[in-house]
Amino acid sequence: MTNSTNPFPLPTEIGTVPGAENWADMYAYFTRVQPEDDGRFWFYNSMHFPEPMSAFDMITAEAAYHAMGAYVSRVFTFPTAKGIDYRCINGRIYITANTVTDPAEIERRLALFQERAGHYYENWDDIYGQWEKRMGQLIKDMTAIKIPALDDIEDEAVVKEARGITQNHYVREAFHRVMDNYSIMWQHHFEMLMLGYGAYVVFFQFCKQAFPEITDQTVARMVAGIDVLMFRPDDELKKLAKLAVELGLDDIFTDDGNPDVILPAVKAKGDAGKQWLDALAESRDPWFNISTGDGFYHWERSWNDDLSVPLSALPHYIELVRQGNSLERPTEQLRMERDRIVKEYRDLLGSDDERTAFDQMLAICHLVFPYVEDHKFYCEHWLTTVFFNKIRDFGKLLKSQGVIEDADDIFHMHHTEVNLTLGNVMNAWAAGSEPVNKDYWPPIIAERRRMIEVLKTWPAPPAIGPMPDNIEDPALQMLWGITTETLHSWAAPRVENANELKGYAASPGVVEGVAKVLRSINDFGEIKEGDILVAPITHPSWSPLFSKISAAVSDIGGTMSHMAIVAREYGMPAVVGTGEATKRIQNGQRLRVDGDRGVVTILE
Amino acid sequence: MNSDKNILWFKDISLSDRLRVGGKGGSLGELTRARIPVPDGFVITTNAFQAFLDLLDAEHGIRGRIAALDATDMPTLNAVTSGMRSLVEQSPLPDSLVAEIRSACSTLGHDIPVAVRSSATSEDSEEASFAGLQDTYLWQKGEAQVLDSVRKCWASLYNPESVAYRLRLGLPEAQLAMAVVVQTMANSRCSGVMFTRSPTTGDRSVITIEGSWGLGSSIVSGEVTPDKFVVNKVTDEICGRDIASKHIAHLPDEHGGIIEMPVAADQQGVTCLSDQDIRELAGIARRVEKHYGIPQDIEWAIDQEGNILLLQSRPETVWAAKDKTPVAKPTEKAFGHIFNVLGGQRK
Repeated sequence: MTNSTNPFPLPTEIGTVPGAENWADMYAYFTRVQPEDDGRFWFYNSMHFPEPMSAFDMITAEAAYHAMGAYVSRVFTFPTAKGIDYRCINGRIYITANTVTDPAEIERRLALFQERAGHYYENWDDIYGQWEKRMGQLIKDMTAIKIPALDDIEDEAVVKEARGITQNHYVREAFHRVMDNYSIMWQHHFEMLMLGYGAYVVFFQFCKQAFPEITDQTVARMVAGIDVLMFRPDDELKKLAKLAVELGLDDIFTDDGNPDVILPAVKAKGDAGKQWLDALAESRDPWFNISTGDGFYHWERSWNDDLSVPLSALPHYIELVRQGNSLERPTEQLRMERDRIVKEYRDLLGSDDERTAFDQMLAICHLVFPYVEDHKFYCEHWLTTVFFNKIRDFGKLLKSQGVIEDADDIFHMHHTEVNLTLGNVMNAWAAGSEPVNKDYWPPIIAERRRMIEVLKTWPAPPAIGPMPDNIEDPALQMLWGITTETLHSWAAPRVENANELKGYAASPGVVEGVAKVLRSINDFGEIKEGDILVAPITHPSWSPLFSKISAAVSDIGGTMSHMAIVAREYGMPAVVGTGEATKRIQNGQRLRVDGDRGVVTILE
Repeated sequence: MNSDKNILWFKDISLSDRLRVGGKGGSLGELTRARIPVPDGFVITTNAFQAFLDLLDAEHGIRGRIAALDATDMPTLNAVTSGMRSLVEQSPLPDSLVAEIRSACSTLGHDIPVAVRSSATSEDSEEASFAGLQDTYLWQKGEAQVLDSVRKCWASLYNPESVAYRLRLGLPEAQLAMAVVVQTMANSRCSGVMFTRSPTTGDRSVITIEGSWGLGSSIVSGEVTPDKFVVNKVTDEICGRDIASKHIAHLPDEHGGIIEMPVAADQQGVTCLSDQDIRELAGIARRVEKHYGIPQDIEWAIDQEGNILLLQSRPETVWAAKDKTPVAKPTEKAFGHIFNVLGGQRK
């Protein structure tokens, strides 16, 4: 299947990274490349998995693709698309979509699709209402799972209540439940998501045909809702900043956001201090269950896990409050502006038929928008935060039993290896002995940690295998998240102007300023007023940054990405999806960010 | 009221006067009345042309001789029409008409430069018989030059292509008519054209502006690659900006007419429009489009003082012809669109 004109390597041609030859031992055998994979086209899902996967984190790909494929392929039977196959290569996730091409089969699936998807669209709000309840319950259940401490002597209640089950049984049961609930989260996550994306794809396609020169960001502005949960954690911070000023506590907050210094100092302020801490507690549950990432890696901690992240954002908000800034999002103005754009495009359409079709498609987008936006908070942020912390608790258990050296070591064990190892601990507790072969894991984990560092240096090719001529089917574009243009840009890298980076024009305007490359939100304090933020990707927990910067640039992301949406809200230029801004731009360089054309120029 | 006048001022003209003042004249009147900045001017109506031709016809039998020609006999046609053109260009105008034109010119201003342009009365003649023949005489100064240019415009009705076309279609010579626009000219700093929908994609949400240094004839004739800007009508963003190397400019000749001059090296690659110019032009384009209710193709200029002036506006025709098929039709239930798009390519 070697194609002489194919610009991409074949899957089997990709070698191991020197120094990480044994990387494949970390992952399940069925995630490895097979010889027949050379006949299919795959691309690197850098959007969701920008870093090498530690052994445990592989579950974030596994559970997600199980659920997504099930709904597309088997539940709603999208006519032309099935699910996603994934492979792990040098720790990175490559995916390919399975398609349906037989006209009779498409016809058969279409009939089911119309009936089943139709049921969801027709009852969308009701089903979403049920969904929120189910999800709330799931988070509650997950949070309530107790991990036995394996105390020396069993609890008296086991005897007095004649329970008939001892705590070492619950070690594995709890682990299974944690894993099961995580899997259920992904099932719920995809229950409605692909139908939601379907609505977007249809509206985007219509707009592109009716207005060939319309930008993705403009279509996105028409689709976007105003009251989305994503803004809530940031809104909570603003509230806390205002309260701090009102209560005269504002001087306590420092740029480093160290909770060990700040919280005791607030507490020492008597009633005012208590009032603020109560407000903080209220904001934290649930709004600080927001990951500093997208929820696909254990090391992306939440605000609740690391309070220094939200606390370090407070001084700037406090400063703005002192200057008389209300900090409120101009929601009414945003809504009016969105409605104006919608109306003007609508008026520009060629006929009343087109206007009616436009209204219908946009109505469906607005119907699905709350789910498509808000599910992320419940799934990738809140439940995932709880999930990784539960696993961390198992890590603490294994550490307490001397099986691993650090609680986070557990994330370098595959979930099946954790399950296996819990057996060792359960037996030791029951037998009254020590776990067998305590020296087993530490060297393996040390080696895996080392390999992950080596794998980080691998320049993963964006795509592998024979390149298709085009990806015209909107269902596939939706599933893959890429278009024919994306393919071509990968296949024929542009002759780059060394001082220029191209990306998506995500938010209009042109600004010049000083670059601040930020790889983690923990470095928040380094940002100065007016800097241009350059980041791999931004997440909802990064929102407070946007009140300080003058423009934003990202490596990864499209026009509906977090950075794009927030930048448009703040009315600052943004260029997203440049691929390598954080590699090519140095701190302190002067940049011009042209959010109209999607170009970032390094001026010095 | 307007029907028997030889001269009509822009401010007194609307589109309904097309038969007397032609398409260009009607549009300039319409724009003037809509308070779009248009350099002042007047139209020498078809009335004047017909009166003049009646005189010539009585003496030389013009109409009958044209009607008797054979469209396939090019040598004869060339010879006869050449004679007709000389006749039209050289015969004196009736004294009363000369007086009227002189008076109108002096109302515009003493020795003020004007553009003299033919203004055809039917779509037909604009699109077919006159294809490629823009009878425009720029920077004409003084009554003698204006009168000559008017007659040259009229004479263009007797060029071989025009005549052959009328013969083929059997159009009666008695109804032949042409109006002539006489319009004040600015010594423009830069000028160009703009379209209220994309000429390349037909997108109705953008305005495409092309501009270059000097008079707009350099762009219309294709002698210079203009700067190109794209403005989004809805968001007002300047979403496209392509600065060309503009090596020449058309400038007024002191003896009347225009001359082609090289542009100074350090000015060639400089944008001819500031962002403010672009937004103002786009704003005017939107007003014009709104006034007519259909996409427009506009000629504009900016004078030395920075004032924007419109020289012409006509309906866009290329994309209008392709608009019949709607992008999508309503479905019974809104989500039916999703089935249509995600349902695969089916016959």
